[in-house]
Amino acid sequence: MLTIDKAQKTFQRGTPGERIALDRLSLNLKRGEFLTIIGSNGAGKSTLFNAITGAFLLDGGSIVLAGTDITWMPPHKRAFTIGYLFQDPMKGTAPGMSVEENLALAYSRRKAWPLRIGVSKKDSALFRERLARLDMGLEDRVKTKVGLLSGGQRQALALLMSTVGEPHLLLLDEHTAALDPAAAERIMRVTCGVIENQRLTAMMITHNIQQALHFGSRTIMLEEGRIIVDIAGEERKKMTVPRLLELYSRRSRKELDNDRILLEGSGVPPSEFEV
Amino acid sequence: MTLFIGSLHLGLIYGLMALGISITFRILKTPDLTTDGSFTLGTAISASLAILGMPGYGILFAILCGGLAGAVTGLLQTKLNIHPILSGILTMSGLYSVNLYILGARSNVSLLGSEHLFSQAAALFPHINRNFVRLWVAFLLCAACFSVLTWFFRTHLGLCIRATGDNDDMVRASSIDVDRMRIIAVALSNACVGFSGAVAAQYQGFADIGGGVGMMVVGLASVIIGEMFFGHRSVTLGFLSAVCGSVVYRLIIALALKSDFFPAYALKLVSALIVVTALSLPAVRDRLRVFGLKREALRRKTLNQEALGEGELRADDR
Repeated sequence: MLTIDKAQKTFQRGTPGERIALDRLSLNLKRGEFLTIIGSNGAGKSTLFNAITGAFLLDGGSIVLAGTDITWMPPHKRAFTIGYLFQDPMKGTAPGMSVEENLALAYSRRKAWPLRIGVSKKDSALFRERLARLDMGLEDRVKTKVGLLSGGQRQALALLMSTVGEPHLLLLDEHTAALDPAAAERIMRVTCGVIENQRLTAMMITHNIQQALHFGSRTIMLEEGRIIVDIAGEERKKMTVPRLLELYSRRSRKELDNDRILLEGSGVPPSEFEV
Repeated sequence: MTLFIGSLHLGLIYGLMALGISITFRILKTPDLTTDGSFTLGTAISASLAILGMPGYGILFAILCGGLAGAVTGLLQTKLNIHPILSGILTMSGLYSVNLYILGARSNVSLLGSEHLFSQAAALFPHINRNFVRLWVAFLLCAACFSVLTWFFRTHLGLCIRATGDNDDMVRASSIDVDRMRIIAVALSNACVGFSGAVAAQYQGFADIGGGVGMMVVGLASVIIGEMFFGHRSVTLGFLSAVCGSVVYRLIIALALKSDFFPAYALKLVSALIVVTALSLPAVRDRLRVFGLKREALRRKTLNQEALGEGELRADDR
């Protein structure tokens, strides 16, 4: 579904602050695969997402999504087939517009006439039905302004917005990190449900190693813009947090330095993500 | 009564401009300074074509050219990455020359003796009071513009523009072309402003190169005054507020002028003061709140100290 071939990106090239963010990174994602991504601060996790969404262009290499080369495509055109969920629930929705207006924005089809009415009766019914599936009580609040919803509700809405158009790829950038534990667990459950139901291909950045191993079907670990660990299937099932950390230090010849990962990956699984 | 009717006329005509201003100021949340130029552009085109005997086309072209001027500002803002305020100033400045050219290198053109929208309407209904006909014309034009805008901001394109003003981050991550939305919104806003200028020129019977100076502030004042009545909870209410605000603004001005409260040339100063007062209210309120908290804390501190002091005294007594 997604093929990244030798992606190369250097920030501030030619200055003392030069930093290689992506180092000839190659990645191949099959249809329906759910990839979780971990790595220390500045390992290139977000850079990888930004390269895929087109926030910047690559210095070298190529990105092919569902058979289309998107290396040079402007961000808003890529967004037709890529769903993106921010860490900050405030970023993914428009606070001054109602729930159904937000959904209508996301539910745009490429060739539709731009002056059609924004929220038709038919759309409204569809949105209600999809909101009901989230089980967050949003279906009764379609006319409510999104700014009045809680962080968890806003994130659930943002999730629905990024998946309602059946994207080829769903990118989740620590999308539960800014929520309280209960809301985080709920959003994670909803996310998995949506991915499973629509058989989406998804990538999720997380700082929680336990979460990375528990959810999804494949896990990669990034370091200095390269993939240093790539596990799936049986190998991944047997993997534990301490063994992954050990693997990391062996491959990168240093301790994992992520202020957040060390806290949460230290052997004791966070209760909310226990099986 | 004539004062009231006159204010109503002007209020509705300048209400068209207030509608345009509320698009950029409230929906896009970026004030647009093209207004001063595009208003004069509207008056110039409308007057020039009315003199040639085509008042209707004058208004039509004024709307189109106003939109075009807005599109130029939009292009500067987005594709050329010039600061929105500066983009507006640049277009406004350039328009000065364009307006002079349209007016035939004269600073003032009179419509005396030529047909225009209001005289045509009066000729259609000879038995009705002239002022009443004018009121109807102004009202119908304003209502038409209001309806079109209300409808437009309910369409998909309208939703996209509202989202662009509401959450830029979200729109950038979605399939909406932010630049195009901004250009369309600024163009639409200035089309309204041009429309307003065009009708104003035919109403007043002249076009003046300095006619648009300070118009943006007048528009802002109208939008802000209007929000005291209906607020801007929804786009429709926001538009309604803008038109009502414009009428109230004209009434205030007319009353103030009649009562010799201040001379006519103080108009723009008063408008600016209204806008400053309204925009600074939140900041002033915050200051007052902090001031109150501070005083309260100080008061408690002295109370505590007094209580402590009394305690010590008692200890000494013992």
